[in-house]
Amino acid sequence: MRTHIDASEQPIRVLEDADRLPEHQSQLALVWRRLKRDRLALLGAVIVALLVLVAIFADVLAPYDPTVPFDDGLTLQGMPVPSTLPESSQFILGSDSSGRDLLSRIIFGARVSLTVGVLANGLAVTIGLVIGSIGGYFRGWVGALVMRFTDMMMAFPSLLLAIALVAVLKPSLWVIVLVIGLVYWTWIARVVYGEVLSLREREFVTAAVCAGASAGRVLFRHILPHLIPTAIVWGTLGIATNVMLEASLSYLGIGVQPPTPSWGGMIQQGQYYYRSAPWLILFPGLAIMLTVLSFNLLGDGLRDALDPYQRR
Amino acid sequence: MKRLTLFATAMIVVSLALVSCGPQAPEEGSAAPTSPPEPATGEEPQHGGTMVLTYQNDIATLDPAIGYDWDNWGMEKWVFDALLDYDVDMNMVPHIAEMPEVSEDGTVYTFTLRKGVKFHNGREVKADDVAYTITRVIDPETKSPGQSFYFTIKGSEEFANGEADSVEGIEVLDDYTIRFTLTQADASFLNVMALNFSFIVPKEEVEKWGEDFGHHPMGTGPFVFKEWVPGQKLTFVRNENYFRPELPYLDGVEVQIGVTPEVALLRLEKGEVDFLGDGIPPGEFVRLTQDPAWENRIVHAVRVNTTHIALNTQVSPFDDVRVRRAVNMAIDKERIVQLLNGRGKPAVGILPPLMPGYDPNIKGYDYDPEAAKELLAEAGYPDGFSTFIECISVDPEPKLCESIQSDLKEIGIDLEVHTLASSTVINDAGTPGKVPMVWSGGLAWTQDYPHPSDFYGPILGCDSAVEGGWNWAWYCNPELDARELKARGMSDWDASMKEYQEIFQILLDEAVWVPVFHLEDYNAHSDALHGRVRDFIHPVHDIWAENLWKSE
Amino acid sequence: MSRYLLRRLVMMLPVVFGISLITFLLAYLLPADPARMYAGPNASVETVNSIRHQLGLDRPFHEQYLRYVWRAFHGDFGYSYHFKMPVWDAILSRVPYTLELTFAGILVELLVGIPVGSLSALRQYSWLDRLSTLFALLAVSAPPFWLGLLALYFLAFKFPIFPLGGAGSFHHLILPALCAGAGGAAWYARMMRSSTLDVVHTDYVRTARAKGLRERVVVYRHILRNAIMPIVTMTGMDIPWFLGGVVLIETVFAWPGVGKLAVDAIHNVDIPLIMGTVVFAAIVVVVSSVITDLTYAMIDPRIRYQ
Repeated sequence: MRTHIDASEQPIRVLEDADRLPEHQSQLALVWRRLKRDRLALLGAVIVALLVLVAIFADVLAPYDPTVPFDDGLTLQGMPVPSTLPESSQFILGSDSSGRDLLSRIIFGARVSLTVGVLANGLAVTIGLVIGSIGGYFRGWVGALVMRFTDMMMAFPSLLLAIALVAVLKPSLWVIVLVIGLVYWTWIARVVYGEVLSLREREFVTAAVCAGASAGRVLFRHILPHLIPTAIVWGTLGIATNVMLEASLSYLGIGVQPPTPSWGGMIQQGQYYYRSAPWLILFPGLAIMLTVLSFNLLGDGLRDALDPYQRR
Repeated sequence: MKRLTLFATAMIVVSLALVSCGPQAPEEGSAAPTSPPEPATGEEPQHGGTMVLTYQNDIATLDPAIGYDWDNWGMEKWVFDALLDYDVDMNMVPHIAEMPEVSEDGTVYTFTLRKGVKFHNGREVKADDVAYTITRVIDPETKSPGQSFYFTIKGSEEFANGEADSVEGIEVLDDYTIRFTLTQADASFLNVMALNFSFIVPKEEVEKWGEDFGHHPMGTGPFVFKEWVPGQKLTFVRNENYFRPELPYLDGVEVQIGVTPEVALLRLEKGEVDFLGDGIPPGEFVRLTQDPAWENRIVHAVRVNTTHIALNTQVSPFDDVRVRRAVNMAIDKERIVQLLNGRGKPAVGILPPLMPGYDPNIKGYDYDPEAAKELLAEAGYPDGFSTFIECISVDPEPKLCESIQSDLKEIGIDLEVHTLASSTVINDAGTPGKVPMVWSGGLAWTQDYPHPSDFYGPILGCDSAVEGGWNWAWYCNPELDARELKARGMSDWDASMKEYQEIFQILLDEAVWVPVFHLEDYNAHSDALHGRVRDFIHPVHDIWAENLWKSE
Repeated sequence: MSRYLLRRLVMMLPVVFGISLITFLLAYLLPADPARMYAGPNASVETVNSIRHQLGLDRPFHEQYLRYVWRAFHGDFGYSYHFKMPVWDAILSRVPYTLELTFAGILVELLVGIPVGSLSALRQYSWLDRLSTLFALLAVSAPPFWLGLLALYFLAFKFPIFPLGGAGSFHHLILPALCAGAGGAAWYARMMRSSTLDVVHTDYVRTARAKGLRERVVVYRHILRNAIMPIVTMTGMDIPWFLGGVVLIETVFAWPGVGKLAVDAIHNVDIPLIMGTVVFAAIVVVVSSVITDLTYAMIDPRIRYQ
């Protein structure tokens, strides 16, 4: 599913000579300056930082243990309890269908989402870089084979592949990370492929080859550095997609195991109570949206900042 | 999965109508002291009207030889008939055939067919059709899940193995007489002849449609199958030539498919739908039952089923009976029932109430975490241990498993909950030595007929403690098996039931299961639809459409 | 042209094969017994074994796969274990719904995205631009299944404007299509915005203005026409995206499409149906990518002569 806006296959182009810049500024400073001016990106960065803090300090921030059901977390007939504000502060956002505190679960849910998002994306970006580079650099059947393989994996309906893989491997946090990474790398590979294709024609590559550098050395020392901006942008925007993917898998019931709270799983459990306890659907969804939004903003900002041909 | 849950529903219904009479003695009085009172309508059933019903999942097939879901079992009854049937009190009654003559030694059953029963294509039912039907179920090519029920018929196994061309024990004596010879005396054969697999099918239609017969069913039943738009709806119309001319009352039935329970309820509230195939959704249950407008339109029945935790007696530490007993004492069953909005009764023993052989005075385990901890320490686990339970991922099962998880944490047992697809749980549980604890919720094994042997063999006997079997406690006690076999053969019903009571007390002492609750099914119907409670939720027939009628 | 087309199609064959093999392998590895699922819980172990033999599930993996491929070539895609009907029929009865939802969703994306995007560009930095940017960002960040649930709650339950799920009339299509298209509409809006901005600053447009043409003519005939082109060609790539997300929408709205069929098939270990739906989806993706490439090739002649 589409989770970021400028998700085109356009590569990030990097300035070719340092001559283009005023002498006293390095490329990094330029990027930083651009980023600082982009208010939306800053907003994204701030929210991301907050989310990371929430995830790290969940134990301290959450009022209760997210996995513990409370006796008064359920009405006598066993229904979820709505928010008790402003009378008392027992369940600030209400309780879920098992009698656990919703707010605590949402706070701890950040851990799952961020862990899966970051790690799965890291895996996807790594795989994508490797495969895309190989496919773009090597002419002949090696490159073609690799790209055919990428095409094939891309044609696979990703959600179905994820469901099948999780079913085979039995759901757990690490399996979800692995599966999402395995499913998501193809887009990155495609982009990297395009970039490497053009990069390999450049003089510095020819020079390195003439100097006797092996393919691996050329790829690693010469081409890879130019791929860093792409990696950064996808590394950020991809987290948004992966958080969404994790939420979707949890919504379909095959995400992380209970009682670990996951926002998508909470929506899945709560949807049956849409009439009597709509907050069970509302809050976890807002959490997902906020997380995805912030990574999108940051990622878009990074992309704009790293693109030397932008208008501002 | 939904269908299994519906099976369980059927079970409840069965229990409702359950009696203490044996399957082979229809003349015996029906004593059902616990059945709920009939709604006092005081009105005569009217003819006319179409009942509209909803289901979430599409029906797999309406081929009686193949269908084994709760959804399709009920529907098949609308289109087909068997030689025998159950009445509203679960007595066995003649249907297409008279009650059979049984030989002295109990191995030969001779049925005389009623004359003038016609298939929906106009042709009269003859003994040949019965022979064809039963042979077809035994035929391995049909892939009927009910095949093994008929292995008591002489020559059936040889036919199934390909060693014989036909089943020796099925003989057509004349146009309206058919004789079955069994390999041994088996009183439950009558129940088998009333099973869905025994619904009579017309050969020419089966051959015409081949494997697709399930989507173009034709039988002798009160309703004629008219149309099936896959994933959308099914339509049935009244059989004008039904052999019981006053039935059915309804002009037809329309089944809407693909309707989630929440939407179904909304449609019911708006008056667009008459009855909910999947019952009242749990999230709406409290609201509906507390709404006075719905008081007279809610029907409920306890299921003849026990939702339990199966403890794998072959996996440590559950091979120690003390550990199993400790687990039994640690589970807060009241809390679990509360999580179900009170739609159930905590269970003490393995057999559900209303199942023959149920002992209301059975000695079970009280909720006592302290005693549980002591017992664990005595067994050598003063600090508890780690283990895991497999549970299906369909709501509300994970939530119930989580409650079990926190219960066990109290006594020091660190329980991981693995929620998986039901197919996976079934597979794992049936693999030897793999899963220490299984939650049976949503995987309800349902009885095929009201006899405790049906409850023993497939889920607690030695024969099913094999790969792919359903004995998830992997409990095998050959002495108990022999005792059960003897009880099954007893001609004195009361003595037989007393034996079963003792057998199940032993099983409870062995703590092979933690019986947790018996589910109660709740459903709601529209104002216009009428019938007895058991017509709405019948143990075997589910929605007994031929007895329902509509006013206005 | 046709040679190019043929070449592309031939290149895609191994892709479809590869997908079918991987899917078959995954289905084979599913930790569940299809024969037991077929037979149900009450069937005895012997019956299950008999059924397993009848379904050919006791044969070695390669034999099963080859038999499947052989039959598929003859048009026989097997018999669904769960629905007890030919896979082909099961899928075909659902395909129109998924296609309907897909096209409706893409239509929503285009009809909402393109005007919003171009307006934003033409009135850059105005409140409209900022508002639509915000909206776009929110739409793309909201989980589609959550949007669906919220839409159902507010627009179908609280205020019964729309039906509560299911399919049947145009009325039923609106909410699912809107939810399915929301994220994409945002995407298209941003793309259109970029594209329009690119065009707005070209010499070409400046010339048109300098010529004294009316602004409206400039906008429609010069700016938008050129800005739209790259967008529309991307529509071809949209279909695979959609097939991925449509599963969730179908689940939330109980839309009887192929996506939901596929998910259920995986849960039921309904191997023939799993194979059928995945291969079907793959073929759709492949065909649409070929169409996309064709569109590009038609627009950019350089590609044709590679």
